[in-house]
Amino acid sequence: MAASVKSLQGLQHQFGNPAYQLEVLQQPIQNGTHFPDFAEKLLAHGLYPLKPTGTTILQVNLGKMCNQVCRHCHVDAGPDRKEMMSRETMQLCLDALLLAPQITTIDITGGAPEMNQHFRWFVEELSKLNRQVIVRCNLTIILANKKYHDLPQFFKTHNAQVVSSLPYFSASRTDAQRGEGVFEKSVKALQMLNKAGYGMAGTGLTLDLVYNPSGAFLPGSQKSLEGEFKRRLRSSYGIEFNNLYCITNLPISRYLDYLVESGNFESYMEKLVTAFNPAAAANAMCRNTISVGWDGYLYDCDFNQMLALNVEHSVSQHIRDFDLTSLDNRSIVLNQHCYGCTAGSGSSCGGETLK
Amino acid sequence: MEKSSYYNPADLSKFGNITELQPELGKKFFDYYGEVFKEGALTEREKALIALAVSHAVQCPYCIDAYTSDCLQKGANENQMMEAVHVAAAIKGGAALVHGVQMMNKIKELTM
Ligand code: SF4
Ligand code: SF4
Repeated sequence: MAASVKSLQGLQHQFGNPAYQLEVLQQPIQNGTHFPDFAEKLLAHGLYPLKPTGTTILQVNLGKMCNQVCRHCHVDAGPDRKEMMSRETMQLCLDALLLAPQITTIDITGGAPEMNQHFRWFVEELSKLNRQVIVRCNLTIILANKKYHDLPQFFKTHNAQVVSSLPYFSASRTDAQRGEGVFEKSVKALQMLNKAGYGMAGTGLTLDLVYNPSGAFLPGSQKSLEGEFKRRLRSSYGIEFNNLYCITNLPISRYLDYLVESGNFESYMEKLVTAFNPAAAANAMCRNTISVGWDGYLYDCDFNQMLALNVEHSVSQHIRDFDLTSLDNRSIVLNQHCYGCTAGSGSSCGGETLK
Repeated sequence: MEKSSYYNPADLSKFGNITELQPELGKKFFDYYGEVFKEGALTEREKALIALAVSHAVQCPYCIDAYTSDCLQKGANENQMMEAVHVAAAIKGGAALVHGVQMMNKIKELTM
């Protein structure tokens, strides 16, 4: 799997288009049948319409620009993506948060959110609100330019929790997914984070890692993989971290392109559908999260955001009209990609949903 | 019924259907199977690697498919997986070769 240097959108590839992705997800399979409709599946288990249980997390996507072009990226991020959240929109997020004390966690994602020129200002302002701030840092950004070398210290100063992707504890599988040389740089960045106290016992500075399978298979047990990651990273590189989140790759964007191109789409969907677990569906992250796009529009999750599936029409559409009471009564917008959240032990931005 | 090959990858997902003709024994088998692969004194990953090696020794294409996926899913890497296959090959090859001793005994018996 050679990594491209351009996003699908930059290549004007059809999978850069959300409408086309939804079409592929819904089309009949080879034997002429369809995969069972996700909404009907929920209906059969008394979970449709899927409603929020109470929003406690605001996930804010600061933009699609990234220094990497990972093969599985659901954002279709890359250096050629110019969509970035403005400072005004960030201010609207801060205003919304002031009116919503129920939201205890702000999860900052991208792209590489640090590439947004207002990133540091936003984190500083958020830290004044006394809520949990999570930064999804891709690790290599710390080494990408001198101006980012102090990020571990910056995160520490603002007591941010760092969540970083490392698909495997070896270079070959990491680089196949995330690009040549990414593993080596990630190891260096993790060592820098450890040096600042992240992931180290007694510091209270949390460093969690994310594991996504590098291929057309599902993640194994989070507990068992966490043990293996800890042993390997400690013995080979002296790296410490707190928790490993196992995240299932959702069949959208670049990962969908990979599945189709490699002839794995049907068998992967089959795996997801076969592994459907109603208990995982009941714990889907969209039930306690609202996702804000770079332009301020609201979505049920970051995946729906990338598929341009906005929150249902009857509720506030944009962060400037943020009304949590009505949002908490919405029906979540579902489609076939949702099977990725409900397979086995479930999957969310925080890993397995069944503990 | 049209059939292009004795082995059809789509048949793997129908494995559970064997209970249709003998539910009781089929169920006992699958319960046992499930128990065997749970984490115990050996980890799930170690068991998947053993299963992968045995799959090659018994040359079952269904099992090779299933346990290649399973090993990847459980976090095994390509080197571990190929080493497991070499273990199977060494045992199979060794099992053939060790019978050379029997051959040598027979040669002794039959020759002057
Ligand atoms: S997966 Fe993360 S690091 Fe990789 S291209 Fe996408 S946003 Fe960037
Ligand atoms: S993809 Fe989004 S909307 Fe669908 S189940 Fe997952 S979190 Fe919920």
